[in-house]
Amino acid sequence: MAETVGFTPTEEMTLIRSTARQFLGDRLSIGVVREQMMSGEGFDRSLWKEMAELGWTGLMIPEEHGGAGYGLAELSVILDEMGRNLTPGPFLASAVLATMAVMEIGSDEQRAELLPALASGDRLASLALYEGPRDWGLDGIATTARPSGGGWVIEGVKRHVLDGHMADTLLVLARVGDDLGLFAVDSDAVEVEQVPVLDLTRRQATVRLNGVHVPAERALGERPVGQGLRRVLAMGSAALAVEQVGGAQRCLELSIEYAKTRYQFGRPIGSFQAVKHRCAEMLVRVEQARSTTQHAVRVTDDPEELAIASPLAASVASEAYVWVAGETIQVHGGIGFTWEHDAHLYLKRAKTSSLLLGDPRFQRDLLGRALGL
Amino acid sequence: MSDHVEQLLDRLLEEHPPATTPHEVFWGAQYDLGLAWVWHPDGFGGLGLPRRVQGLIDRRLLDGGASVENRHINLLGIGMGAGVLAAHGSDAQRRRWLRPMFTTEEMWCQMFSEPGAGSDLAGLATQAVRDGDEWVVNGQKVWTTLAHVAKWGMLVARTDPDAVKHEGLTYFIVDMESPGVDVRPLYQITGEAEFNEVFFTDVRLPDSNRIDAVGAGWRVSLTTLMNERVAIGGNAVPRGSGRIAQAIEVWGRSGLEDPVLRDELLRLWADVEAFRLTSIRANEMTAAGTPGPEGSTGKWAWATHNKAIASFILDVMGLEGTLYPDGYSMSRPPAFEGRSPQHGFLRTRANSIEGGTSEIMLNILGERVLGLPGEPRVDKDLPWKEVPRG
Ligand SMILES: Cc1cc2nc3c(=O)[nH]c(=O)nc-3n(C[C@H](O)[C@H](O)[C@H](O)COP(=O)(O)OP(=O)(O)OC[C@H]3O[C@@H](n4cnc5c(N)ncnc54)[C@H](O)[C@@H]3O)c2cc1C
Repeated sequence: MAETVGFTPTEEMTLIRSTARQFLGDRLSIGVVREQMMSGEGFDRSLWKEMAELGWTGLMIPEEHGGAGYGLAELSVILDEMGRNLTPGPFLASAVLATMAVMEIGSDEQRAELLPALASGDRLASLALYEGPRDWGLDGIATTARPSGGGWVIEGVKRHVLDGHMADTLLVLARVGDDLGLFAVDSDAVEVEQVPVLDLTRRQATVRLNGVHVPAERALGERPVGQGLRRVLAMGSAALAVEQVGGAQRCLELSIEYAKTRYQFGRPIGSFQAVKHRCAEMLVRVEQARSTTQHAVRVTDDPEELAIASPLAASVASEAYVWVAGETIQVHGGIGFTWEHDAHLYLKRAKTSSLLLGDPRFQRDLLGRALGL
Repeated sequence: MSDHVEQLLDRLLEEHPPATTPHEVFWGAQYDLGLAWVWHPDGFGGLGLPRRVQGLIDRRLLDGGASVENRHINLLGIGMGAGVLAAHGSDAQRRRWLRPMFTTEEMWCQMFSEPGAGSDLAGLATQAVRDGDEWVVNGQKVWTTLAHVAKWGMLVARTDPDAVKHEGLTYFIVDMESPGVDVRPLYQITGEAEFNEVFFTDVRLPDSNRIDAVGAGWRVSLTTLMNERVAIGGNAVPRGSGRIAQAIEVWGRSGLEDPVLRDELLRLWADVEAFRLTSIRANEMTAAGTPGPEGSTGKWAWATHNKAIASFILDVMGLEGTLYPDGYSMSRPPAFEGRSPQHGFLRTRANSIEGGTSEIMLNILGERVLGLPGEPRVDKDLPWKEVPRG
């Protein structure tokens, strides 16, 4: 139950954190992040292999399918560090969201077929859910799947597919009559187009499915998939919230460092209360957001509690990160507005993250429903 | 919770059935069993256990039908005075004061603030002058909550005006019934006088009422204030309880479906829940020996959220929010009391002032937790009597 779940990290979590900090520091320093974000693909795929070798891509996948069998609590440690580092690439899209969807919704055979390649890093996948700009509730899906020759034919356009340009497999949400179905579609069979994004460290694609044939066994699990998918998105939102807290924490640190070393009027700007109080409020908001996310990732086994904890974490962390990243620019003055300074990278990550899986208002609506308000 | 504590709890509830036992008797028995401040040593209301165990004990007592209202009724004693006695008092002082404090038979008040010294507490002017085995006190305190019902008052007074301001202070416990103590009501925006001004005219205190060394008053005051901020802002309460529960109740009764107000309600709910989880996390980290910044954030966040919720409730009430069913009674309440939402709206305005203002809280977070530089000080190395005042 809600009040008995602890916050103290396990030994595994502490270990995972130190590995993550070291790896991301060595291989994906901010300089490297900047190079990659200016590249066409946005991410150097050879790094994916390295992450897979560290066991990250299979962290949540059961051991029988080649993973480590941990839960979201352990995985979240990596996301926290990735948020700090603005790590680019499809980790959220593939190792978190798509992997959880296969685990939650796929049948035993489908899990056995799809998960090992996801765990080993040989296959990248991404969820193709949304079409319009506010499709978070999965209500207005227009893409259709109709039965044809023992399989399915899918027709429609999916937008905002995270790192869709790198995915080998797209998990496409489509309407089957009045139900929703999720279909694992090979990316070769569809038209994938990268679209220009605000946050260059997390790419998106538009996916066009023009009467694509999909074999029957690629319809995941049992229809309707809406409920399972909402659970995946609840866990995904909690995971994303952890990443957001990691980023917000880094912004706070940048602001404090600067406030201590930048002098105006003969004193460090951090001695001015307007600046000091802003930094103190950043601390409060980061700490509160951290509490909500750490709680959320620890209650994934309790669906009722998750239904409260996930939108709580998502809304609190989203608003905290956007605010903290914005104030980080303010504390830095002119230098904070330059391309050269990292503050804008965090602001872009913050704003887009708050819109990816449901904006704070949407999340609070979920929260209200869960609370019966 | 250990078997030993479980057994003590069972015994307490069996031997003193809450339904038929007067509160004071129950609380006395609770104290004698070491279940009052479980982290205190044996014989002083505790068992030498980790502080967080108290939360479990209190919950069990509540479930067993007992009252833990004494913590609220005598907040200034139980929440703050006890911490001071535990950290700085002598055994004789603890023995004299802790038990009747816990049973609420002796109420406590805190006499720190003065007309000339609020946020800048160390600048206070009330004087205590030694006279053999006694001290003679002259001066004035202000905003003294519940001084009109208190038996004992925690007093910080200046004992060396020639020292720099933080060093010339000494801490005493004052018998509020002593000759020369004059308590006068100060009416608040709610129409009640919860607080008072207190005048001292040649009040004589025995030296045995001094806490810690002469000149150590600032250190003892800091203990008081830290306990105060935990007592005010750091309590782990059940999810959705307290003022947010009132907001939900008023919202439910209103029958409103306005999506903007609903979103605001949920935002406030999320804020207090984030705050609540942070308090729990802070307690856990402190217990695990790794206190982090989470704890210091409590008082500021609590004040901010509380004010916002109280104000929101009136928004939901619409025109009903313009009424004041309590009426401006111009009375002196015997304890802290919960009232109508309108009363709550008024009372919460003090949350960001009492126990250290929100600005001071942010200074503390900025300087002590984040390590940001302090402001240039004009009073730092001057003897107290040369510091500008006004
Ligand atoms: C309901 C209530 C109950 C109280 N109960 C008690 C009690 O029982 N015992 C007791 O001793 N006291 C009590 N107080 C007093 C309380 O602790 C003081 O009011 C408080 O510390 C502020 O002091 P002040 O009122 O003198 O305001 P000031 O210190 O004069 O502050 C005025 C304004 O200036 C700001 N300010 C001051 N210094 C700074 C700074 N360095 N940086 C930024 N801003 C600053 C403050 O934040 C505030 O906004 C109570 C107060 C209230 C409202």
